[in-house]
Amino acid sequence: MYGDTSIQKPIEIAEPTSEEQARLEEIFQQKIDDNIKIEPQEWMPDAYRKTLVRQMSQHAHSEVIGMQPEGNWLSRAPSLRRKVILLAKIQDEGGHGLYIYSAAETLGTTRAKMIEQLQTGKAKYSSIFNYPALSWADMGTIGWLVDGAAITNQVALSRGSYGPYSRAMIRICKEESFHQRQGYELLLTLSRGSDEQKEMLQESVNRFWWPSLMMFGPNDADSPHSAQSMKWKIKKKSNDQLRQEFIDATVPQAEFLGITLPDPDLKWNEERGHYDYGQIDWEEFGNVINGNGPCNKQRVAAHLKAHEEGAWVREAAGAYAEKQQKKQVA
Amino acid sequence: MTEQAKEQEWPLWEVFIRSKAGLDHKHCGSVHASDSEMAMEAARDVYTRRSEGISIWVVPSNAITASKPEDKESLFEPADDKIYRHPTFYDIPKGAGKM
Ligand SMILES: [Fe+2]
Ligand SMILES: [Fe+2]
Repeated sequence: MYGDTSIQKPIEIAEPTSEEQARLEEIFQQKIDDNIKIEPQEWMPDAYRKTLVRQMSQHAHSEVIGMQPEGNWLSRAPSLRRKVILLAKIQDEGGHGLYIYSAAETLGTTRAKMIEQLQTGKAKYSSIFNYPALSWADMGTIGWLVDGAAITNQVALSRGSYGPYSRAMIRICKEESFHQRQGYELLLTLSRGSDEQKEMLQESVNRFWWPSLMMFGPNDADSPHSAQSMKWKIKKKSNDQLRQEFIDATVPQAEFLGITLPDPDLKWNEERGHYDYGQIDWEEFGNVINGNGPCNKQRVAAHLKAHEEGAWVREAAGAYAEKQQKKQVA
Repeated sequence: MTEQAKEQEWPLWEVFIRSKAGLDHKHCGSVHASDSEMAMEAARDVYTRRSEGISIWVVPSNAITASKPEDKESLFEPADDKIYRHPTFYDIPKGAGKM
């Protein structure tokens, strides 16, 4: 979902309307093929711009909404150490949202428009954040699995063709490693704890495993218009490729934790050199994406509430700036 | 559009950061803020959470004049054939010593 918009109606690619247009498109594709990054003011096909705006706004929204399940546990962190870590991690996610909003604005959209689309449900965000964080172990599982999946995605995105997006991804990837490591460390602590703590750990992983795999989006066969994104290098690896990468990296980490992953079909395939895994429940995925997940309404409502309650601050700051400006002129 | 979207957006500021003494300020992104003071605080929070900088510039985005991509040839190509501006253009015999 971070790098995949294939659950939405494809953006139509118009045929070139003139020779000049066809020539521009050719030059553009040549740049992409030569791995020359595209920068804001340069000519680009309309559909390239639209696809990026959609994907980047969806990505930024995911970072921002992603603060909510973790924010929920701040006041219940078991130690000051865990609390400052969680706080720093959540603040990073807010920062990630801002990096990407800022990059998306270079394509001519506005922050206000993107926020509006989030709040009216027109824009999507990653399905994973519509699941609740029910136990303290979830704070570890989210860092390990959810940030882990996000890293797999974002490393690929950092090699994408649009300059500002790619630079934002490089910045983000540098910070994500802390997110995953703090989560895994939290889980390691639980794995060495009491029986109840071990149980809490296993139960949390059981809930988050499948939704984490869904984060990569539909199977390649069901994501036909990804091909254009690949051609434009907005997307560098397919959904299934990234999912496989994530699974291969994660299974040994689960073994080290001494837990099981809730998939009886999960096993090493010597021939493929990869882990095989079971069927993902795409019906659940569709439901969550289309607004019927356990927390969809709550997440958007919380965003709206914070936004509305902050309106007076924005007004006051605007009025203050105006007053200062007048003083300067006088 | 809803009320919130109509609400006027704060101006955009470009953020430049000097990562350590001796290096140039480098562009790293933008923030929205009502004035320069708020832009500075936002830039600090957004772009320097891990000692990425020791100095910040914030500049109103609309104060920047940028060259246009379509002017690339007229601006930069004239330099391409002036190879005599590079030290490697000149043959200096080894005997002359390091130069
Ligand atoms: Fe993030
Ligand atoms: Fe993260």
